[in-house]
Order: sequence, then C-alpha cells, then structure tokens
Amino acid sequence: MLLEFEKPIADLELKLQEMKDLAKGRNIDLSADIQSLEDKIQILKKETFQNLTRWQRVQLSRHADRPYALDYIYEITNDFIEIHGDRTVKDDKAMIGGLGDIDGRTVMFVGQQKGRNTKQRQERNFGMANPEGYRKALRLMKMAEKFGKPIVTLIDTPGAFPGLEAEERGQGEAIAKNLREMFMLKVPVICIIIGEGASGGALGIAIGDKVFMLENTWYSVISPESCSSILWRSWDYKEQAAEALKLTASDMKKNALIDGIIEEPLGGAHKDMKNMAKTLKSTILEALKELDKVKPEKRIDQRIEKFCSMGVFED
Amino acid sequence: MAWFKRTDKGIKTATEEKKDTPDGLWFKTPKGNIIHTRELKNNSFVCPDDDYHVKIGSKEYFEILFDGNNFKELDKNMKSGDPLKFVDSKPYNARIEATIQKTELNDAVRTGVGKMNGFDIVISCMDFNFIGGSMGSVVGEKIARAIDYSLKNKIPFLMISKSGGARMMEAGFSLMQMAKTSAKLALLDKAGIPYISLLTDPTTGGVTASYAMLGDFNIAEPGALIGFAGPRVIRETIGKDLPKGFQSSEFVLEHGFLDFIIDRRQLKNRLTTLLKLLNN
Repeated sequence: MLLEFEKPIADLELKLQEMKDLAKGRNIDLSADIQSLEDKIQILKKETFQNLTRWQRVQLSRHADRPYALDYIYEITNDFIEIHGDRTVKDDKAMIGGLGDIDGRTVMFVGQQKGRNTKQRQERNFGMANPEGYRKALRLMKMAEKFGKPIVTLIDTPGAFPGLEAEERGQGEAIAKNLREMFMLKVPVICIIIGEGASGGALGIAIGDKVFMLENTWYSVISPESCSSILWRSWDYKEQAAEALKLTASDMKKNALIDGIIEEPLGGAHKDMKNMAKTLKSTILEALKELDKVKPEKRIDQRIEKFCSMGVFED
Repeated sequence: MAWFKRTDKGIKTATEEKKDTPDGLWFKTPKGNIIHTRELKNNSFVCPDDDYHVKIGSKEYFEILFDGNNFKELDKNMKSGDPLKFVDSKPYNARIEATIQKTELNDAVRTGVGKMNGFDIVISCMDFNFIGGSMGSVVGEKIARAIDYSLKNKIPFLMISKSGGARMMEAGFSLMQMAKTSAKLALLDKAGIPYISLLTDPTTGGVTASYAMLGDFNIAEPGALIGFAGPRVIRETIGKDLPKGFQSSEFVLEHGFLDFIIDRRQLKNRLTTLLKLLNN
C-alpha cells in the first residue's frame, strides 16, 4: 500500500527496476543512466521526507506496513515470554506484554498491538484497549517492580476503546489508576511512541522517566479527525487540525512534552525494520544506563517533577 | 393550502445575536412547575418537585459547603497562555478573553480553603460555563497547587468535577495535565490524606480518566452523566442505541465505580460525617 506522497518515489523505483532488468536482459551498459536515476531517487526521497506536513506524518504513523510492538520486541530480544490476562476479566489482545531480554538484560515489555490483516485487526481491536488491557498492563508493571526489572512501554493506539462494555468496566478508572501508579514505580520506566499516541489511551501506559517518540509518529489529546469533527463540525479539516494540534515528535520535543526523538530510516520505519529496531534497542540500552545511576526514590521524584512542570499559564 | 405564509424560512438568529436569558426571579423546573429562584437556592438548587439537580458552578458549591461562605481563594488570578497559537473558528486567546468577560471567571476551576462544619477542607470546583469545563494548563496547575496545599497543611481535599474533558486548544499540554494531577494525587495517597472526588453532571473524557476517578471516595450527585467516552461516540462505535440510564451516576454505582450517590441537600452534612469518621 502506498501513500500519496510515496507514489512519485515508487514510480521512479519501478522505472529503475525496469532499467536494471533491461540492462541485464539485453546485456547493454546502462550504468550511467542507472546511477543518475538512483541519485534522483535519493534526492527526491530526502526532499519528500524532510518536508512532510504534520498530516503526512500522521499518515506515516498509521502506514499499513509499519512495524508493530511485537515486531520490535521479537527483533530486539533473544528470549521473550508473553504474559496474558488481567486476572479479573480476560486477556485483552490489544494490549500485550511480557518478559524479554535485550543483550542479556531482562526487561518487562508492555504495549498496544495492532493487526496486519482484517482478521488480526479485529482480534487486536485495532490497537484500542479495553479497561482489562490497562489493568493487565499495570499487573505486568507491578510484577516488574517486584522483581526489579525495568519497564519499556511501546505506545501505538488510536485511543482507548469507546465501547459499551468498556464503560461498564470502568475505562476512565483503569487509565486514571495507571497514571497514578506508574508515577510510584521503583524501577526505571521508558516509554516510546512507535505509531499513534492518541490521548488518554496512550498516556495510560506512557508515564515514564524517559518518553521518546519515533520520528514519524503523533501524540496528542485527540486525533486530527476527531478534533476536526468537534471544532469544525466536519471530518474535512483533519489536515488543518493536525497543524493546529502540533502533534509531531518535533513539536512535542520543542514544547518539552517528551524527552527525545528517535530517528527513523529514510522513508519511514517500515522501509528498514531491522535498522529501526537496532536504533530502538540502542536507545533503550542507553537510557537504561543513564537511569541505572539514579536511586529509585530520586527517579520517582524526577519523574513527578518532570510531568508537574508541563503547562503554560500566566500567574 | 396554507392559511398564512411565512416569509422568512426557519428561525435565523445568528449565534452572536443570541442573548443569554438574564437571571430572573422565576425558574421553570424540568417538570414544568414555576418556582421562585430564592426557593431553588434555599433548596441547594435542587428542584423541589422532582429532585432534579440544577447545574451550578463553583460560586454556588462554595456557598453550600463553606461555613458562612467564608473561604480563602487560591491562585485566583491564574490565566491561560496560548502555547500553540491555536486557531479554529477563532483564535484561542480571543476565545479565552471573551469567556472571561462573559463568565467573570478566569478559567474552569476555582480553589477555596476554609471550614466545613468546623472541619478544615480544601475544595477545588470546576465551572462548566468556562469552555465546557475543559481541562487545560490552568485547570491542571490549580488542582496541582490545591493538592500541594492539602499536603503541606494536612487538610483533606475535595474535588468537584464537572467537565467535558481535556481542552483541545492546548492539545499536548492538556493531555499532560492528566499526568500532572495524577502525580500529585499519588503523593497525597502516599501521605494518607483523604481525597474525596465528587462527580457532577457531566464528568467525562480526560477528567474521568484522571483525578475524578482517583478518590479514596468517589461520590456523585444523582442523575449525572459520568463516563470516559461520550455517549455519541459510543453510539457511533457500536452502531446501536444505548440502553436507558447508560453512564448515569446510578449506572456507574451499579458497576462498582462509585462509593455512593448523594443528594446535594445532604452533601455538606454527609461529607462532614465522613470526615468525622475518618478523624475519630
């Protein structure tokens, strides 16, 4: 699947392939033309991806080929054991988690999981967790605290599920409790937005000592579509809403609402999953190294202090 | 064949020409009875005929709860910034200015410190009139400071919520107010100071998903709309009509997320009893 702004690049890449095939098939030397076309593609790629609009980044964050939480986890761990269930109602498949090791160090992973095809998407509820998902996440995080393992959360959700049963089982209470409890976790907590970071549904697993966003992701209080429908009373202003919400990684970093941006391969995370995972892994290890130096009580104080300094007002 | 012809089609009063009805002497209850506003006020703004709880703001709640309406207001002059230079149908700072003029409030929450039947208490109360009681930086910061005051002086904290959720015009900043208020409540929790959360009509969105649901005691007025997602969104998601009473206080109590429902006329005395029981 191609996004609108990916098409001109894909067209040129197709042309390049044809040229290569032609050169090979007919045994003619087209190396100069191939080189020039390759250069052209590279320039176009750079131009395109360095000048993406906010809405285009939102589109990239939802790209059908984009790696999801479990893709990264299996890529960066040697061993991984998935853990299921909230011990109360059921196992929420939109929220996954488990113990894994990165270079021999055990980490508790928690994250929202989306599906790749229609069947999986339904099973994963499009990455929209129910209250039992947030309670499962908290159970796993408390377990990590008990065994002294650091926590890494991978955030990728279009929002907490707005369903009837979700309300009956206390969606608001489940998220609220996670916020409060995550502040008091004695182990290091690293949170990474890997796709969509929609509102309370994202924040419910995003209280951390370090909060990072991948380069082509978004994180805000509402999706551009919903914002458009509420403020402009139509779905047609989503591009405008995306601009107004200042929801990209660089916007959020500029406003000091996150700690860092993790660079993606040219063209987006899905273009080179292996390298993306490598960068993710080194970011996690580096952050852990830094956080290990701080005493647990101090880490908690700093975590609280960081979030409490967020906000702009006139006193 | 009509008897007469209307020349203008429909009623066409532009929004800016619409006028708020001035506060009169008479109030029409949902049942249709006309009562004197003084009678309504003396009844804690509850309609005497069907116990309907009229929506009220911080001014009225402070009058009801603080002894002799005596209280010290904290952070009275705090006002909103415009960090994102947000513009929808009008610029955010113009919207704020206009709302301050119209409501005579500086933002959607006020904090008072005073006595309730002799007990010291810190009360933060939201005002729905101010951009739907939405939570932005000012709301988050004022609540955080109210909790700081509670912590420092070891005084119980009462939060009265009435809000449509986070304020969109402050986007990421609004979202982080959920985190900020929850962080402070974690400290209050650790210090063992009582936190009572009163949910009133309506309490939804990011407010429900943070401080409103974190009380040692979560209590509500009868018939209030309480939920995370709004009813319209849920209806669209499930493609069905919602059951009667869905997301009402009574529904939320039934599902185990409220400790009790309280009639506003008994609010002050019941809260006092609760504090007394915790104190003894």
